[in-house]
Amino acid sequence: MSLPVPYPAEFARQLLRDMLRIRRLEERAAELYGEGKIRGFLHLYIGQEAVAVGALHALGPGDAVVATYREHGHALLQGVSMNAIMAEMYGRREGCSRGRGGSMHLFDARTRFFGGNAIVGGGLPLAVGLALAERMQGGTRLAACFFGEGALAEGAAAESLNLAALWQLPVLFCCENNLYAMGTALARSQAQTDLCAKVQAFKVPARSVDGMDVVAVYEATRMAVEQMHAGHGPCFLEFRTYRFRAHSMFDPELYRDKAEVEAWKKRGPIHTYSAQLKAQGLLDETGLDALEAEASAEVEAAVAFAEAGSLEPVEDLLRDVYTPERTP
Amino acid sequence: MIRTTYREALREGLREALARDPRVFLMGEDVGRYGGTYAVSKGLLEEFGEQRIRDTPLSELSFVAAGIGAALGGMRPIVEVMTVNFSLLALDPLMNTAATLRHMSGGQFSVPLVLRMATGAGRQLAAQHSHSLEGWYAHIPGLKILAPATLEDARGMLWPALQDPDPVLIFEHSTLYNLEGVLDEGAAVDIHSARVRREGRDLTLVTYGGSLGKALAAAGQLAGEGISVEVIDLRVLHPLDDATLMASVRRTRRLLVVDEGWRSGSLAAEIIARVVEQGFYELDAPPARVCSQEVPVPYAKHLEEAALPQVPGIVAAARELLGRG
Repeated sequence: MSLPVPYPAEFARQLLRDMLRIRRLEERAAELYGEGKIRGFLHLYIGQEAVAVGALHALGPGDAVVATYREHGHALLQGVSMNAIMAEMYGRREGCSRGRGGSMHLFDARTRFFGGNAIVGGGLPLAVGLALAERMQGGTRLAACFFGEGALAEGAAAESLNLAALWQLPVLFCCENNLYAMGTALARSQAQTDLCAKVQAFKVPARSVDGMDVVAVYEATRMAVEQMHAGHGPCFLEFRTYRFRAHSMFDPELYRDKAEVEAWKKRGPIHTYSAQLKAQGLLDETGLDALEAEASAEVEAAVAFAEAGSLEPVEDLLRDVYTPERTP
Repeated sequence: MIRTTYREALREGLREALARDPRVFLMGEDVGRYGGTYAVSKGLLEEFGEQRIRDTPLSELSFVAAGIGAALGGMRPIVEVMTVNFSLLALDPLMNTAATLRHMSGGQFSVPLVLRMATGAGRQLAAQHSHSLEGWYAHIPGLKILAPATLEDARGMLWPALQDPDPVLIFEHSTLYNLEGVLDEGAAVDIHSARVRREGRDLTLVTYGGSLGKALAAAGQLAGEGISVEVIDLRVLHPLDDATLMASVRRTRRLLVVDEGWRSGSLAAEIIARVVEQGFYELDAPPARVCSQEVPVPYAKHLEEAALPQVPGIVAAARELLGRG
């Protein structure tokens, strides 16, 4: 656990509140999946909440975010409403992608959330392009991309790191190293398992961070953001984390020991941080109950919203393949 | 009316676009200092600077995807890929992102990207620089596929492509760059319709890009034999302009398609299928096609020529359709 950081009480509780919101949303999503209300692939983020919460609180308003198929938490923290996320998983018209994307493809133009990308490594070069566009237009907003450590075996990652460093673009590469690319352990898929060393070879500054500690994630991201605003090009952060659940709802988890999972659960970001807040006198049992109740209420409201949602008419099947406006 | 080449017409289109809209920039391998593999962008670096004429590393996947990101971020990128074979390294972002993003986001994000590349054979560049894969791209919903075959289209298609909110891929046949002629500056250019390049009564010959010249040469030869051929230049390979095709076939009642793609699963197959679906009872003969032989394009000149559609083959196929084989 990191050293106590003197945050204002409200901000400290907000970090915990947001981790709880993600956790409860996903636990409910898993139940709904069991009931057949949500279909397709569903990848849960449970155990990794400190990364999305810490990192996204450190980004500025309007910074572009690109995430992977395990992105419910990132979407929520970027400001997409839980209602729109749940409705999307239900395949409803009220979903943030009108039911065209599902769990893996959450999008939101208003908050500059550019997905929800189910191609491993696919989001990295997009973030490079978003940062390029911003810089060419004289803006100061950053582009952040989240991806798993498995993506660093993809050519897209190497190419993107090279391009971002070559052009000194403000791209924050956020690697969520949860040790397994689906079911393949890092050492079984990449010769160089020191990810920072790998990235530094591209002349991208890199730092490894305890991804189970929301404060550590927030502080490291804040520093990276400051550095990038000073015009030092891209940054890479490795967040060492762990997913407590299977890769997806179809995964029997044959590749890892139950004991390993249990050991990591002891370092779970939610209970360690709430213990920290209590020790610092920023939270008591009543306060925690209130945050829990708030998160559960938001989730139930989202379920009700999705249940009451409508289906896109089949006559609209072909909409949004092309933009309706016609050129000369 | 000015005398120019296809290459210069493309460059003029680029120059106009760069001058008209500060959001437009060109990036790709060797587009800057080298002046473009086919010398299309020669001189533009000096004129517009390194910010807007960007040399990229040899990494097609990332610079095409970065183009998509830049388009999402409010710019109007023109990305040049040296040759269609290399575009396969960027198939992932083109297919999984550019073509799908608008739909997957429920209509929230359009991708105003323009991608240019050389396609086709005829320069003895062998199999890894000579293929005609535009038909593959024309299979993908969400992309628009253009094939300028004339000087007017070489110059004029770029601007409407940049105005289009969706990803547009422009395929330039590598044998056309040296094409020289008189460009009609007043010609209207759209990116939606096919054009009748020669009117005729007996047969509709449908083609595009590098095969247009061969088709017109064949039509000229057939005219000497009393066969009147209507030549249609598709221009836009996806979405296809069925109306122009069908109107012509209804007049001539015969269809021949010339396509440099391989025969199996070709664009030619799609065009024939559409005409048969929509006008079977109006046809006086089974439709026919002249495509590339199903072989990786060889280096040796005589073999390369034998692999590609050529004027004598087109003439023979036309005669056959009219029962004059």
